[in-house]
Amino acid sequence: MRQRYRLSHGGRIDRDRSLRFTFDGRTYEGFQGDTLASALLANGVRIVGRGFRLHRPRGLLAAGLEEPNAIVTVGRDATAETNLKATEVELCDGLVARSVNTWPSARFDVGALLSMPGSLLGPGFYYKTFMWPGWAVYEPLVRRLAGLGRATSAEDPDSYDTHHATCDVLVVGGGPAGLSAALAAGARGEHVVLVDADREFGGQLLGADAAATIDGMPAQTWLTRTLGRLRECPNVRLLARTLATGYYDHNLVTLVEQSEIRADEARGRGAPWLRLWKLRCSRVIIAAGAIERPLVFPDNDRPGVMLASALASYLNRYAVLPGQAAVVVTNNDGAYDVAEALVAHGGHPVTIVDTRAEVRAELRSRLASAGVRVLSGYCVLAVHGRRRVRSVTAAPCDGAGVVDRLRAVKCPAEVIGMSGGWSPTVHLFSQSGGRLAYDPVLAVFRPEHARQAVTVVGAAAAQFDLEACLAGGAAAGGGSAPRSVGAAPTTPAAAPAGQAIWRVKSSQRLAGQWVDFHNDVTADDIRIAAAEGYASAEHLKRYTTTGMAIDQGKTGNVNALGVLADCTNRSVGDIGVTTFRPPYSPVRFGVLAGRRRQQLFVPLRRLPAHECHVRQGARFANYGSWLRPECYAQPGESLQSAMRREALAARNSVVLFDASPLGKIEVKGPDAATFLSRIYINNVSTLSPGAVRYGLMLAENGGIIDDGVVACLAHDHYQVCTTSAGAQRITAWLEEWRQCEWPGLDVVTLPVTTQLGTLTVAGPLARTVLGRLGTDIDLSPRAFPHLSVRTGVIAGIEARIFRVSYTGELSYELNVPAGHIAGLWEQLLAVGGDCGIVPMGIEALMLLRAEKGYVHVGSDTDANTVPDDIGLGHIAASRRGDFIGRRSLSTPEATRPDRWQLVGLESLDPRRPLPTGAQCLPARDARPPVRPCGRVTSSYVSPTLQRPIALALLECGRRRMGEEVHLYDLGTRHVARVRSPVFYDPEGTRLRG
Amino acid sequence: MLLIHCPYCGPRDETEFTCAGESHVLRPQPPEEVTDARWAQYLFFHRNPRGVVCERWCHVLGCGQWFNVARDTVTHEIRKVYAMGEPRPEV
Repeated sequence: MRQRYRLSHGGRIDRDRSLRFTFDGRTYEGFQGDTLASALLANGVRIVGRGFRLHRPRGLLAAGLEEPNAIVTVGRDATAETNLKATEVELCDGLVARSVNTWPSARFDVGALLSMPGSLLGPGFYYKTFMWPGWAVYEPLVRRLAGLGRATSAEDPDSYDTHHATCDVLVVGGGPAGLSAALAAGARGEHVVLVDADREFGGQLLGADAAATIDGMPAQTWLTRTLGRLRECPNVRLLARTLATGYYDHNLVTLVEQSEIRADEARGRGAPWLRLWKLRCSRVIIAAGAIERPLVFPDNDRPGVMLASALASYLNRYAVLPGQAAVVVTNNDGAYDVAEALVAHGGHPVTIVDTRAEVRAELRSRLASAGVRVLSGYCVLAVHGRRRVRSVTAAPCDGAGVVDRLRAVKCPAEVIGMSGGWSPTVHLFSQSGGRLAYDPVLAVFRPEHARQAVTVVGAAAAQFDLEACLAGGAAAGGGSAPRSVGAAPTTPAAAPAGQAIWRVKSSQRLAGQWVDFHNDVTADDIRIAAAEGYASAEHLKRYTTTGMAIDQGKTGNVNALGVLADCTNRSVGDIGVTTFRPPYSPVRFGVLAGRRRQQLFVPLRRLPAHECHVRQGARFANYGSWLRPECYAQPGESLQSAMRREALAARNSVVLFDASPLGKIEVKGPDAATFLSRIYINNVSTLSPGAVRYGLMLAENGGIIDDGVVACLAHDHYQVCTTSAGAQRITAWLEEWRQCEWPGLDVVTLPVTTQLGTLTVAGPLARTVLGRLGTDIDLSPRAFPHLSVRTGVIAGIEARIFRVSYTGELSYELNVPAGHIAGLWEQLLAVGGDCGIVPMGIEALMLLRAEKGYVHVGSDTDANTVPDDIGLGHIAASRRGDFIGRRSLSTPEATRPDRWQLVGLESLDPRRPLPTGAQCLPARDARPPVRPCGRVTSSYVSPTLQRPIALALLECGRRRMGEEVHLYDLGTRHVARVRSPVFYDPEGTRLRG
Repeated sequence: MLLIHCPYCGPRDETEFTCAGESHVLRPQPPEEVTDARWAQYLFFHRNPRGVVCERWCHVLGCGQWFNVARDTVTHEIRKVYAMGEPRPEV
């Protein structure tokens, strides 16, 4: 329980508010203001994870989002969230965290014993090791040993929000550069949004020691004042705990904002915990700072080896001194401040190992007076201590990193801070399409040329000097800085002087030198990859997996390229860098989905008479995002039997069907007939008012895209009826042709699918039922024949009545304003009671149309089916003039003699209906896989005919009437006889009745 | 995500629009005079250039109007938005 490594004073923590939490099952205590990482460090927990491949014990490397080792799962069961970095998890009371990829815990990990020998897991091991007999054999084993956290399979209990917004200036990063940019932009009256991933603004200032000053005042005072001034600006919005995750085209930046309240509190209130911002910005200022690079030396992954800046952050911000004896390994001046801070907080002894032969005399004497030993021209040869570091062996090295073992010295070290220089956080800039340039002096990739309205300032633009950061930020915020970089890069403290040493070399064997901690990639792996020919940045990444997964190369990227350059005698600039892709850090799927989940994922539309259907006992299903009755099952009735009962009612008495989703488009204007004659394969110009025609629409490739009827209401006014599935698509199709191809035609279209509901009354008694409603329309067959439309009043409602039939029975489609549909539905059921009227679902309708051989576009046809394939070639053949798709009907492909044609199939075994989707075999004894010569497109058991029926597309089908075909489906075989697709009433006397 | 300036509604997100491919593709006709090769060219062979392409877009979740967009396929920069029927601009 005791926080052994916590300092008694200092830090941005509240010692009066202690918080209990557990990690890998053990209970610890931390303070308000801690992260999980800082609290673990305060409690002396050194091993926080295991290496991805080799399961070596790992400690904290960083204090920020770049942490590659401390990957944890927070929470339990449904609320568990995995693959979080311990450095991004704010400590709260009762927090439960577990390390990932370890069992039973990070401290004692069985995986370390069981894991495959290192030689098997070399670079490219996926490609090399598992060639025979196949990856599938090895995958389960490798997946268990490798990999990170396991996601919960329970439903996500959190809720999320999405926010679409615009701003004048987005400032990413609330360090000195970002703050001064926001101040300057705010002063201009611009609408500014300032975001920072941390819960506090300040960036590096939060981890700076107390002596730092800005504008002559302590840095912490400057920070407080600046934030105060920003909060007074009504046009500046400050978003803490908000990460800019991606930079997309036309200055769209995505942000993920985390609520101030705890996740479980938000859950309890049903409030969104995370919010996704899609922010469209007039300009963006990136002040995302820089990430310190590790140095590559033997055993640099031992628990206790961390970035020097992380050490400073834990010391200054969280008041944690992880060990008394300390070694700072560096190639630049910046880490000297960390050594001084260690001494100031009681560190002893403190040693600096500097790979540079020359160190400024002023620095050397300053550190000497603080009691720090400086070994210049040295690098680390070995780190001692497997589970926690105890000491370091340093040895002199030359400029290429070759060590002189004979002059090695040993230094005590409970903690090691390392600094290989700083890499500007260029991810967002790179995502924006900006070009990076390698700066060999600073050994960094920095922004060079911007493609969008973005300016990069501060350390993100390789300005490592505080004054330059403040000035660069102010210039960019004030609008005076050019795009791309705010000012020239600066080369002060943090830059390595002289050539960087990318790795340690010796004539004798050295321990592993880690480059990418997250993906467990060493300098040796990179050497091997290069030797095997994977010497480009893109190849190296895929072969060794460096820079992948959660980490995305935050700490390892430049070092990997440096080692590759070193191995292949090239410069880093010549190798270049892989493209950075969003997101910068992992984003929950939930926040991307936002509110679009469950019922809101694809909102279901309800029929205007939905409540009526519910009362009738409808079984609903999703048909093209309409919630429609598939049948009206009586108590104890199955879908199959309900469907049969309803179909028989249509054949014998009368049924009522809600066809409201049928697509309905009004087409009006002097050129309406000309327009529609180009859309349909049919000639619409010859329709007279009151007449209806069945028509097909084709795509330009000749394939059928929709069918339905078109009604002539007046010589310049038509109603186009599309399939329910095609309603929106065909509306758009008509408009595209009208606006883009034939703007000269005087015609307008108007979709009225949801304005007009449609009820179908079908069956031998349909006319009787309709007549009882009271109408001014003459319903007699002579006055109102099949394929005609009449407008009038029925049951007191203005209606457009179509006499058309998809069932093969006498049938009327009543189009009335949607608001009248429910009332009309009830009236029809009431007046039809003694005729035996029953409501019919969509499944019975599909059965009835199959009996009649009417195609269902999309089921019995596909994108390549032309009119002749379904027996309607004569319509197009007799046409004059052009229509969409016409030319395609005369191509060699469309006129091949062996095209698949619509036929009926009769199973030779009446007890075995043909499965829909069964493939027709070219011969009786054909053994799949063979090229099929047809397929079953619809199959039902006909209650009227009392046997199974099927429709199929069959090669040369119309010439094969009476032949037997052999079919195959999922291992079963069937035999069927080819026949006409019209199984019922081929003369059509019933529908004309 | 592109920001497209609909000539009728102003700047809107790409998700409100649909794109139907290259503009200024002449539909060959009358059908009886068009060769198979010419028709195949029209149906299947498109320029797909690296650089500026003129496409037709529809503000389908807004005003429903079609218009032309000259877009750079490398940078995604929109050079010009112009009405249906206007000639291909010099960009």
